[in-house]
Amino acid sequence: MASLVGSRVERKEDKKLLTGRGKYTADINFVNQTFAYFVRSPHARAQIKNVDTSKALKAPGVVAVLTGKDIADDKIGGLIAGWRIKSEDGSDMKVPAHPPLASDTVNYVGDHVAVVIADTLDEARNAAEFVKVDYKVLKAVVNTAEAMNSDQIYKDIPKNLCFDWLLGDRAKVKEAFDKADKIIKIDLINNRLIPNAMEPRAANADYNPSNEEITLYTTSQNPHLARIIISAFNGVAPENKLRVIAPDVGGGFGSKIYPYAEEVVCSWAAKKIERPVKWVADRTESFLSDCHGRDHVTHAELAVKNDGTFLGFKNETTANIGAYASVFATVTPTYLFGPCATGVYKMPAAYSNVKAVFTNTAPVDAYRGAGRPEATYTIETLVEKAARELGMDPAEIRMKNFPTQFPYQQTLVHSVDSGDYVKGLNKAMEVADYKGFEKRKKQSASKGKLRGIGFCSYFEACGIAPSPVVMMLGCGIGLWESAEVRFNPTGNVTVFTGSHSHGQGHETTFAQIASDQLGVPIENIEISHGDTDKGPFGYGTYGSRSLTVGGTAIVKACEKIIAKGKRVAAKMLEASVEDVEFSNGEFVVAKSNKKKTIGEVAFACYLPGTYGEVKSPLPEGEEPGLKETSFFDPVNFSFPAGSHICEVEVNPETGETKVVKYTAVDDFGTIINPLVVEGQVHGGLAQGIGQALYESCHYDGSGQLITASYMDYTMPRADNFPEFQLDWTCTPATTNPLGTKGCGEAGAIAAPPAVMNAVMNAIGTEISMPATAEKVWKACNKNKKIKSEAA
Amino acid sequence: MKTFNYHTAKDVKEASKLASSNSAYLAGGMTTIPSMKLGLASYKDIIDIKGIKSLSGIKISRKSVKIGSTTKHAEVANSKDVKKAIPSLAALAEGIGDAQVRNRGTIGGSIANNDPSADYPSACIALNAIIHTNNRKIDADKFFKGTFETALKSGEIIEAIEFSIPEKSNYQKYPNPASRYAIVGVYVAKHKDGVNVGVTGAKSCVYNDKNIAKTLSNNFSSSAISNVNVSSSGMNSDIHASAEYRANMIKVFAKKAVEAC
Ligand SMILES: Cc1cc2nc3c(=O)[nH]c(=O)nc-3n(C[C@H](O)[C@H](O)[C@H](O)COP(=O)(O)OP(=O)(O)OC[C@H]3O[C@@H](n4cnc5c(N)ncnc54)[C@H](O)[C@@H]3O)c2cc1C
Repeated sequence: MASLVGSRVERKEDKKLLTGRGKYTADINFVNQTFAYFVRSPHARAQIKNVDTSKALKAPGVVAVLTGKDIADDKIGGLIAGWRIKSEDGSDMKVPAHPPLASDTVNYVGDHVAVVIADTLDEARNAAEFVKVDYKVLKAVVNTAEAMNSDQIYKDIPKNLCFDWLLGDRAKVKEAFDKADKIIKIDLINNRLIPNAMEPRAANADYNPSNEEITLYTTSQNPHLARIIISAFNGVAPENKLRVIAPDVGGGFGSKIYPYAEEVVCSWAAKKIERPVKWVADRTESFLSDCHGRDHVTHAELAVKNDGTFLGFKNETTANIGAYASVFATVTPTYLFGPCATGVYKMPAAYSNVKAVFTNTAPVDAYRGAGRPEATYTIETLVEKAARELGMDPAEIRMKNFPTQFPYQQTLVHSVDSGDYVKGLNKAMEVADYKGFEKRKKQSASKGKLRGIGFCSYFEACGIAPSPVVMMLGCGIGLWESAEVRFNPTGNVTVFTGSHSHGQGHETTFAQIASDQLGVPIENIEISHGDTDKGPFGYGTYGSRSLTVGGTAIVKACEKIIAKGKRVAAKMLEASVEDVEFSNGEFVVAKSNKKKTIGEVAFACYLPGTYGEVKSPLPEGEEPGLKETSFFDPVNFSFPAGSHICEVEVNPETGETKVVKYTAVDDFGTIINPLVVEGQVHGGLAQGIGQALYESCHYDGSGQLITASYMDYTMPRADNFPEFQLDWTCTPATTNPLGTKGCGEAGAIAAPPAVMNAVMNAIGTEISMPATAEKVWKACNKNKKIKSEAA
Repeated sequence: MKTFNYHTAKDVKEASKLASSNSAYLAGGMTTIPSMKLGLASYKDIIDIKGIKSLSGIKISRKSVKIGSTTKHAEVANSKDVKKAIPSLAALAEGIGDAQVRNRGTIGGSIANNDPSADYPSACIALNAIIHTNNRKIDADKFFKGTFETALKSGEIIEAIEFSIPEKSNYQKYPNPASRYAIVGVYVAKHKDGVNVGVTGAKSCVYNDKNIAKTLSNNFSSSAISNVNVSSSGMNSDIHASAEYRANMIKVFAKKAVEAC
């Protein structure tokens, strides 16, 4: 059987998903179903003086109206921040209480105040209008940069400051800066984004009073985590009485890693009213209440020698984490951000200082790339600016500062096991025809267009994560992954993974891996995920971890299967275990033609004996069955890297900017399935280009969300993109047996600086994201004015 | 969505009889249904006029193109006759929303709704349209009164829109990157007796840019527009485009339209 790893196997899941046969949370209905509608705060910041539910309770079809007082009376715990960060001065981060239904204050537009449960959704929604909430409206804090000098939102949190965190060495940086020929400075805003998963969040909780069990269907990237949080922290039900199922999930991009108030409330309410409770977000609810991403204000400096050598780097960032500290809100702008701040380069001295602030906006949490896009955007626009100021070619300055020996210990944190950045950038320049750029620029000019080129060389820390390391850094959980490989008696295989596929294609790529390991045809392998009652505990999917951590667990479990298979085959073939070899799905006795297929061995494991005669094929002491579990905890992160080159064309009359050429050369280590990887890169690029040119979340001064629908929030569309030119280099990861590094976030990390560097190259001035037509037009006009004044 | 009474009217007379101050006609439903679902509007009676045959269809004469009010955008976009008589009108219809919207939304609904950034109103202005209702004929320049406001009386039904065929014309739209409605849309039409420049998206209501129109009447060339002053005063300003930017785009797009004529 030919190896499947590396081949373009079409996605097994697509038939179901593309023909409308997927089964999503909203598709699930129980007998006696009720529907929940949340009463949300219309104010960004207010005190709740009174909630009067009496009129709503009398409305047609209403089963219950529950408030913050009810949830507090039932001692349901609040939502949690999952990662403890310490400030530079050693003090602990400060986080406000976050009850699933607010009782004293509301802190962003969309904050949950009450839930109306009725026989139909229309009845619930109509009755919600009769819930009378008496608010005392307070002045909202909205602006990231001004948050520390604005009104204090929470009594115990001065300056609205969650933490003031430092990574790196200020003294060494000062020394480096003192020696520099030149200091390059930049001020940036990393624009706030709204994740916009295609499937809105949803929950449907069913309670069985006879055994006190709750079954919660939910849109989760991480059902096991949802279960442990809703059990251990919210206290809705013990873990053994709570089953969480994340069926087909239509995208998450980070926004569905952790449970929200709605899942907690639906589970709790289902138990309370003894009827199933279903909630499905409408699109505006998603805009208002899904956790948002990014939202940094950054000042960064790079100390350089005249020849372009980097000496030191500093980054001062204010990160907006919104109204409450969501589960990964505190790690995203710290350990996912700071360690990647110096990019791929040799940087003798560096520090990142991050102040995380609360504002009266939706919580901000991990969003595709989580911290690494923010880090990469900073260093890569700064490096490009350095090249401009030093009069160097953007490729040359990068090459000069790339490490060339691996493993490479970076100054800040990461020990990068493998990579070849020089090769990657050279290949990118070749694929992008960098040499031909000047000619293309002239062609554009002849049409009245300004053409620009921009680079980005990035690396990221993926394969999240070595548990002891992250727990030492404040993470409340381990981040290993599990797999269970189960041979069914007839020789086909079910693989349970603790990761979760919501667009990534695990049903295909994981089956390719298991097929190669076990020598079983891919069509005989099923991947099962997303149900806490099936397979072992796991940590879900995010941080480009599933293949590298979860896939390795599958390999390890397969190795255990083969080890047992060898013992059984040896007995069946009357040979010694040492003489049995396994390849292509067959156990063969060395130097003989004696063999058993893995299917025969599996069958024997399940039916150990022959009728009428007791003769077991199992060795003495061997248990029947063929099923193995593995828990894999990586020893290090994995480090994908690459170089992207973007070309844009700007119409100076209108400011309209179009990406006309985009080249991505990535090193993801071993590629299991190029088709799937290309899909991941395309999606990431769409989001990255979206951030650079189109997407941006706007709150007005009072904290009202202006971009609360697709009428105003600009999602990029297919006609905004050119045909992407993708290529690879490959240095396999040395820290896992597959050699994989992760590919899910690369596009979203690399594209924003590549695009923005191209725009700035075209128009010759700095400009912030998103580079909308009007902003670019204004910048072009300003340039024209400066030029004509100079002339 | 609030409950409502649903009626299907078999003819215009029945439809207008059913109408009240608390009713809406249902043509394409592309505006009415979303606003009801979002709770922005609610009606006691919804009167479905899609089935009224006399309201649908395209008639071409030597001087005009007359389009029945329930004719869908896709029908206008694909009509060989419209493409021949006023190609820019077919092109405008092709550029409305997406395929789903074009196969539901109607010209009458669009005009009755008079969204300040809708496309068709600019065509009405530029092409000296006459709005035929069940009671009267209204000239386009008297029809569009303000934001979502028209000369229609309560319950009055648009039966058809009659566009005069110009010598040449073109419509250029700069779409809002999010909604793809017009941030500005400029419809330039040269008639025997003068030029109209219908502008949508820029102000609270569609209007004829008389300055550009006058300049083009004297000299129908894009270079002539360079000297016209388009003031930003009274123009819309939002997160997508400031008034100043809209004013610039009107000029740029008027030029583009003239060049494409
Ligand atoms: C996603 C989306 C994108 C869109 N993009 C665009 C765009 O790019 N450009 C654009 O111009 N439009 C756009 N539209 C609007 C679209 O063109 C609508 O079809 C149009 O605005 C309303 O037409 P309708 O037939 O759907 O009217 P309906 O929703 O059925 O009715 C709208 C209103 O008009 C009244 N009405 C309908 N017919 C008559 C009649 N014959 N006489 C009197 N009153 C009547 C109704 O009472 C109602 O008040 C978009 C809509 C959507 C949903």
